[in-house]
Amino acid sequence: MIRWTVWVPLALFMLFIGFAAYQLTQPKDEFIASTMIGEPLPQFDLQPASVDRPGLTTQDLRDGKPRLLNVWASWCVPCVAEAPHLEALRRQGADIVGVAIRDRPEDVARFLANYGNPYSRIGSDDLSELQLAIGSSGVPETFVIDGQGIIRYQHLGDVRADDVPVLMRELAAAQ
Amino acid sequence: MIAELGLAALWLAAALAALQLVAGALAQREGGAELAQLVRPAAIVQGLLAGFSFLMLLVLFAQTDLSVKLVAMNSHSEKPMLFKLSGAFGNHEGSMLLWITVMALAGALIAAVERRLPEKTMLATLAAQAFVGIGFYAFLLLSSNPFERLPVPAMEGMGLNPLLQDIGLVFHPPTLYIGYVGLSVAFSFAVGALLTRQVNPDFARAMRPWVLGAWIFLTLGITAGSYWAYYELGWGGWWFWDPVENASLMPWLAATALLHSASVLASRDALRAWTIMLGVVAFSMSMVGTFLVRSGILTSVHAFAVDPERGTFILGLLVLYIGGALLLFALRAGTVSEGERFSATSREGALVFNNVMLCAILGIVLVGTLYPLVTEAFDVRVSVGPPYFNPVGAIFVVPMLIVMAVGPLLRWRRDSLARIRLPLVIVGSVSFAALILVSLLTSIAILPLLGLVLALGLAIASFMPIRGRKLRLLPIATWGMMIAHFGIAVALFGMASETAFSEETLAAVEVGGSTEVGPWTVVLAEVRPTAGPNWTALEGRLMVSYDGGAATETDPQSRNFWAPAQETTESALTTRWNGQLYSVIGRQAGDGRWQLRLWWKPFVTFIWYGGMLIALGGVLALIGRVMADLKRRSIRARTASRRAEAAQ
Repeated sequence: MIRWTVWVPLALFMLFIGFAAYQLTQPKDEFIASTMIGEPLPQFDLQPASVDRPGLTTQDLRDGKPRLLNVWASWCVPCVAEAPHLEALRRQGADIVGVAIRDRPEDVARFLANYGNPYSRIGSDDLSELQLAIGSSGVPETFVIDGQGIIRYQHLGDVRADDVPVLMRELAAAQ
Repeated sequence: MIAELGLAALWLAAALAALQLVAGALAQREGGAELAQLVRPAAIVQGLLAGFSFLMLLVLFAQTDLSVKLVAMNSHSEKPMLFKLSGAFGNHEGSMLLWITVMALAGALIAAVERRLPEKTMLATLAAQAFVGIGFYAFLLLSSNPFERLPVPAMEGMGLNPLLQDIGLVFHPPTLYIGYVGLSVAFSFAVGALLTRQVNPDFARAMRPWVLGAWIFLTLGITAGSYWAYYELGWGGWWFWDPVENASLMPWLAATALLHSASVLASRDALRAWTIMLGVVAFSMSMVGTFLVRSGILTSVHAFAVDPERGTFILGLLVLYIGGALLLFALRAGTVSEGERFSATSREGALVFNNVMLCAILGIVLVGTLYPLVTEAFDVRVSVGPPYFNPVGAIFVVPMLIVMAVGPLLRWRRDSLARIRLPLVIVGSVSFAALILVSLLTSIAILPLLGLVLALGLAIASFMPIRGRKLRLLPIATWGMMIAHFGIAVALFGMASETAFSEETLAAVEVGGSTEVGPWTVVLAEVRPTAGPNWTALEGRLMVSYDGGAATETDPQSRNFWAPAQETTESALTTRWNGQLYSVIGRQAGDGRWQLRLWWKPFVTFIWYGGMLIALGGVLALIGRVMADLKRRSIRARTASRRAEAAQ
């Protein structure tokens, strides 16, 4: 046996320690980004979730205009917190479409009456099928969809005041 | 008072470990004989104290003493007693105390019974065991004290994660821990032998029962964990290549290799350095696995206490122990002479081949598990799963299984394949016929196909060593080997069959409606509320009939726990000899229909039957080894007393 081979296990182990030590010093990022970024939206046709807004299909998002797609639910507490910021986005010219996850029409109506309705369309996703297909793992999340129906950006969690300019910038970039 | 007793016992145990280390180390020098007498008693008392400390923690949990932080964080007064007790080790601090307890008890046991090795090697071994122990005592006492009191007792506990309130999870962690930590004995033996340069068949014989014992528990722990994940998580899968699962598989692979190389060393005085290295690697894998899981540097479904400070502490321990042992190995391996030679076609040759294959598989699992760690350093997120592990692993598993079928038929030192032509032809032609038949009748993928064929061939081959021998005279250890190998075949058959032939249905069914999956017809008879000690549930009453036969009832539930609040699905299993129907009930859709998720999994149960057979084989081998050893001891004692009589 060649004698240097006895050092191989130690060398491999130290390499592992190096990487592990480096990782320990890094802040842990728990966000899971969608692998769907840069991918076209899947085909879907969602029923309206509210009486006064139409439902949502893939075609609606392929008319050349970039939009924000907001995944939310009436039962979701952070969604209440983000409502005024979505309204701010709408006032600055963003077109926001909503996808209501596992919701009931009467609850959606009550939510919109209480916290405002920034959406131009709201589709109802009863089984989280669209949500899973676009790589969203929680509620709320906000996606930037460009005019060709391609996912450009994903915002995880509720939209806060700081996020409004970021989303507007991403929306402009998706032109 | 009880918490303080436990803590005091823990400090005393740590102090005794320090004594054991110092005395064991000084005894290596000339004139250390007096100190040497301290080592064994110190190890035994240390084990008893650690055991006492763990017992105190169990008492605290049994009484639900809410002035203790750990109890308040992880228990609840309304939990059933069994789960109160399992709550003691269903958390970071308690499980680390269990770890050190098992380690100290294992040390106490070797101190009490092991007499085969030269005393110097034994003392070095016990010193090494104490050295490793001290690090974990320090970890426990300085950063993870399980006996910490709250300034003000809590009104009520926060409960135990409902997923963990399961009978399987009561036994799974202790079983795995006995396996993990039992390997520390092999580690200490290896370090002790390196220090005193005493690597010989006696060393292998002394180490082998300990490795076997740990390996049996690891096998059972992995089998039970896999079954738990299968029925409790409600995904119908039995292995997910999750980092925590890999963390238990890696020591098992290393221990399996170690068992076989120790056999070669014990019988033929070959593979000295290799056996030593495996002894170090096996326990190292246990520690690396623990570190990966506890430090939170790898994301896993098993979310333990994620705490960078603790991660740093364990990393330091890893550097000290694994790095130290590997350094010692590198420095000393050259002075461990090579041992006996053998030809490639021999029992040793086959064992070496399989050792290399096992290590290659271990390497593949290790690389797959650590790969995200490496890429994340370069800001690339990846997740490594079955598309990597299955095919890459198969490259080494397939040749290993083939050699595993042939190896036990070969003689030690030198043999020829011509001598065992008949069994080779039988196994080969049956496997080939099966290959043709299965590929003509079904259209399954290549890996499951190979799995089915190899399982059949190995099942027949594993009992071939009986050929030409008297059954009564066959050593128990040989029976153990045959049954363990047969168990591998059985488990492999289950895995291949489940992968190839599973059928799945996802249906929305109204009450009274029916659906089908594979040969089963499933009728949703009723959905009714039901309640347990700390949960309420909606239970679906399903009437299921196999192939038009009589209907039996099966009741999947969707449970709501209230302490802590969490929803879980309790799958229901209908077991037949040839497989399981796995049913899960989901939510009610808007139109009143219920989501049913049904799987028909032919022969899936064979995976766990196989696991149990492997463990049973280990138990038989252990019994055989221990009995042979006792016999050898009594013969030695008799000859010694006869000699003494003759001298008088």
